[in-house]
Amino acid sequence: MPETLEFMIPAEPKYLKINRLSIKLLCELIGFSTVESNNITLAIDEACSNVIRHAYNGPSKEPIHIKCNIYGNKIEFLIRDFGRKANVDQIKSRELDEIRPGGLGVHLIKTVMDEVMYDTNFEKGNQLKLIKHFKGRK
Amino acid sequence: MLDIQSKKVDNAVIINIKGDVDLYSSPQIRKVLLELIQKESPAIFVDLQEVNYMDSSGVATLVEALQRAKKYGGRLFIYHLQGAVQDVFELSRLDKVFQIYPDETEAMKAYHDEN
Repeated sequence: MPETLEFMIPAEPKYLKINRLSIKLLCELIGFSTVESNNITLAIDEACSNVIRHAYNGPSKEPIHIKCNIYGNKIEFLIRDFGRKANVDQIKSRELDEIRPGGLGVHLIKTVMDEVMYDTNFEKGNQLKLIKHFKGRK
Repeated sequence: MLDIQSKKVDNAVIINIKGDVDLYSSPQIRKVLLELIQKESPAIFVDLQEVNYMDSSGVATLVEALQRAKKYGGRLFIYHLQGAVQDVFELSRLDKVFQIYPDETEAMKAYHDEN
């Protein structure tokens, strides 16, 4: 059984920092390096920003649930929203050769995390599962 | 919110940013940069020494400013990137797109050498 921590923030950009501080502290506490903790925090922050922008179509009083399951060899984040369903086929990283603003968030998430899975099989909203393994403990 | 200070040095503008640059705060920087670009400032220097975090919306804001400035021959220099901010530029593979310098002296030198 994993150890589980759960956070919930309103889908308001001003609260993202609180989430970042919590995730970073958690990652450092369970043994990720500072660089890994920073990168994981970036990925979770990008995922939450995408929820605000796309699932809720902007700031909202609706919640973002962040569930963190800590296993012996990995940490798993489940980021759940209750907004507009994502069209998974349309979620893709931009081509990095193409220098333009925007479209970077998904690239950063996929670069940093070991596994990225979208689950839209909920009656309402979406869930993004992000996994990061501890180095040498896959 | 961010603390953004700007000062004019000759025909260049130096912007000092303090705080986290994220979805909440990046519109503040965008507003400042776009005002300078609208005035066709020849050189904009962005000091990121006191920025400990930047997300993709912050990077996108700087990309937009860079592209708009280039259209009228303006220049955008960024310097004093801290660890996590340097990392996000590298992860975005944009560290080669921007003119990034270790500090203000080096950035100014590069600008004056070009002119």
